[in-house]
Amino acid sequence: MSDYRLLLLLMPLLTFIAGCEQQSTRQLAQKGLVYCSEGNPATFNPQLDISGITVDATSHQLYNRLIRYNPETGQLEPELATSWLLRDDGVTYEFQLRKDVPFHSTPYFTPTRNFNVDDVIFTFDRWRMLSHNYHNVSGGSYPYFESLELSQVVEEVSRINGYRVKIKLSHPDSSFLASLATDFAIILSAEYAEYLEDEELDKSLIDRRPIGTGPYKFASFQRNSHIRYFRHPDYWAGPAKPEQLLYDITPTSSMRLAKLITGECDVAAYPAQTELKVIQEHPELTLDELPGLNVGFWAFNTKRPPFDNPKVRRALAMAIDKETLLDAVYFDSAVRAKGILPPTSWAYDQTQQEVNYNPVRARQLLEEAGFGEGFSMNIWALPVQRPYNPNARKMAEIMQRYLAEIGVSARIISYEWSNFRERLRAMQHDSVLIGWSADNVDPDNFYRPLLSCPAVDSGSNRANWCHPEFDKVLEQALMSADKQQRTALYRQANQILNDQMPLVPLAHAYRFQAYRKAVRNLPILPFGGIAFGGVSKEER
Amino acid sequence: MLYYLLRRINLLLVTLLILTLASYALVFLFPGDPITNLTGISDTHSAAYQRQSFAYNLTQGWWQGYITYMQDLLSGQWGLSMSTGKSVFADIGAHLPASIELAMYAMLVSVFVSLPLGIIAGLRHGRHTDSMVLGASLVGYSMPVFWLALIMILVFSLQLGLLPISGRISLLYDVPAETGFILLDILTSDLPNQDAAFNDALRHLILPTLSVSIVTSAMIIRLTRRSVVDVMRRDYIKAAYAKGLTQWQVLWRHGLKNALMPIMPQLAMQFTVLLTNAMIVEVIFSWPGIGEWLVQAIYMRDYPAIRGGMLVVSALVIMFTIAIDVFMRAFYPLSKRQIHAQV
Repeated sequence: MSDYRLLLLLMPLLTFIAGCEQQSTRQLAQKGLVYCSEGNPATFNPQLDISGITVDATSHQLYNRLIRYNPETGQLEPELATSWLLRDDGVTYEFQLRKDVPFHSTPYFTPTRNFNVDDVIFTFDRWRMLSHNYHNVSGGSYPYFESLELSQVVEEVSRINGYRVKIKLSHPDSSFLASLATDFAIILSAEYAEYLEDEELDKSLIDRRPIGTGPYKFASFQRNSHIRYFRHPDYWAGPAKPEQLLYDITPTSSMRLAKLITGECDVAAYPAQTELKVIQEHPELTLDELPGLNVGFWAFNTKRPPFDNPKVRRALAMAIDKETLLDAVYFDSAVRAKGILPPTSWAYDQTQQEVNYNPVRARQLLEEAGFGEGFSMNIWALPVQRPYNPNARKMAEIMQRYLAEIGVSARIISYEWSNFRERLRAMQHDSVLIGWSADNVDPDNFYRPLLSCPAVDSGSNRANWCHPEFDKVLEQALMSADKQQRTALYRQANQILNDQMPLVPLAHAYRFQAYRKAVRNLPILPFGGIAFGGVSKEER
Repeated sequence: MLYYLLRRINLLLVTLLILTLASYALVFLFPGDPITNLTGISDTHSAAYQRQSFAYNLTQGWWQGYITYMQDLLSGQWGLSMSTGKSVFADIGAHLPASIELAMYAMLVSVFVSLPLGIIAGLRHGRHTDSMVLGASLVGYSMPVFWLALIMILVFSLQLGLLPISGRISLLYDVPAETGFILLDILTSDLPNQDAAFNDALRHLILPTLSVSIVTSAMIIRLTRRSVVDVMRRDYIKAAYAKGLTQWQVLWRHGLKNALMPIMPQLAMQFTVLLTNAMIVEVIFSWPGIGEWLVQAIYMRDYPAIRGGMLVVSALVIMFTIAIDVFMRAFYPLSKRQIHAQV
């Protein structure tokens, strides 16, 4: 028998393999959207967890908030509330709610009524009242609201009628509306909660098998594998186009990129800095970028000498060249920071003064402060990659060389992340390279947690800096509802910061989003989170 | 035969017993407190800790603990996986079929590709075809399986964009897991797009199956070739030619059977090698089998899962080996002389 005839024997196998290629999945791909996410959500209720993974997986897909930010204008706009007003007393908000908003109907729960004021009251009471039936369900911790002490701020949530709700605060708080528009302030179904109680089911199902009003409804979750959502056909803003939304849990960033290239994912979470170029150059992929609402900075422990001297802090700030740091660490993916507010914030001050690289003046200042001989200090570099600083260690090494030029010898210190944060909280550092990502567009979200006196105690004021005058300005800004007046006050605050220099703002990093060209209308949200409600896929 | 069977069953039971002892001992060999390792409860004074140590019966000495362990093992209570929160037994049940499926298809491909190739090489002994097949098999044999898998991803998925790189099927298809064997599950399901799903699952199978089967194929090619070369030199083959039979007839009537018989047992033994390779490949292709699951468990220090997983995989290999032994004995007369197990 010839080789040829034997090859014929193999033919069925070869055609079998060849026949399997491509085809089929294309039509179905049209009907589903696959997002390669980086990990498992801790829960399906973003009120309970502030991690980005949980927020990405749940907030905009399953739920709605009363109000939201328009990602383009940065303005607040209606979501489940159609309008709202602040009464003359400055502490009472009234919200008119949207009618005909159905909750998800799923195999595990069929709602009998649409969204109304009861759901708002239930949701607020759950996180703010310790005595509430559901407060302690799933751990009883609501980290975002707790960090803002919102349960103390909100005094009363009451019904005016079926579609009108009144929220009374204990004192004026101009950032309150901004907090309501965050990814955490979602609205749950009171009827579902009642149902779980009446049927004596496990109450934590409310967070594990969620019911919301969002564009997608929960179908299944398999740990380390995937989350499956189906389209909510009666979504109030019009049903989503893809019938399914899938989260393909892929922890390695290079694997996510590979799957994006092969088309197994339509959108991939958090591309690494080094992958950006590959994505940009690939004909099938799109990379969106947006200046993020964050700031990376170098904070001094102002309680420790010689950093308690503003002259020394100023000298150190002058010793480093921000441009070099930006080039070496962020690879064109950040803008230089003048102050702690990023340019996208409405209170950003274009005219703000900043300290420029000037080693000669820095030496002079050190001499004036009595440190002409120089001194030694440490720089704590955060050990993990964060959006606001992709490589703090490298940054610290460059700074080390700049500081040596003015006679300051710096030692770089790094611990494992949780250990690092603990020691930082105990204020064991001289200076630290760290940063902040905002949760809402309100400028207060940058100033108060980072530099106010109360933040020294709560541990988020890395500069250990307490300046009563500065706090007073912030307080005034918070009390005022007038944007112009607030902007003026924040300029005043900037001036104090520039004089005192408790920290050196370095960069505002961009936010990136990578997806296939077939994906349409995927907004890039400035303060994190991802929203698939309006996304569609084009046939290619 | 009965005596032989009894001996083999005896061997199986003793080996399994040693395995359970080893897996029981694992918990003491891991660093840290055994109960903390098994349950994740770190406070040794808490009531929960006391309850657990009572449940595991470790306070009564290791022997009592072992008896309790065996009782739990036999009743299917293998503890809870700390990473998934589900029963280890159920988790293994959900992941094992995927591994077996992959190993099985790889075996099929190996046999269907490498037997004919081995035969061709054997028949063309010493010629170009032989050298080519032999050379190719050498390359396949010397390539580490994880490296091969990565190269395949690079070429077929990333460069050519032909095949997917992860999972068993596109997530867009919601195939209910009845048997755990994906192709079977698709065929027995009432999915509206059954054909497309089947096709998609096949596409997902190609790269992992090829990665696993290439090493085995190389092995089988070499075995078959050797055997065919030996057989074709025999006198009865020459006699068959002398009778005027064509090469095809000689091969079919006399050559093939005699050439394949001696390699059958070795062929079957390849399955265990294959299962091991499949576990490595699973990690690379995110194939949701027992290998991937075990590696995740090791990353998470999920001791109950590690313990259960190890036990199942090693028990599986032993049971398969012994089953093949018995099977060969029944159908392959030459092995009848062996009563005792051989290494």
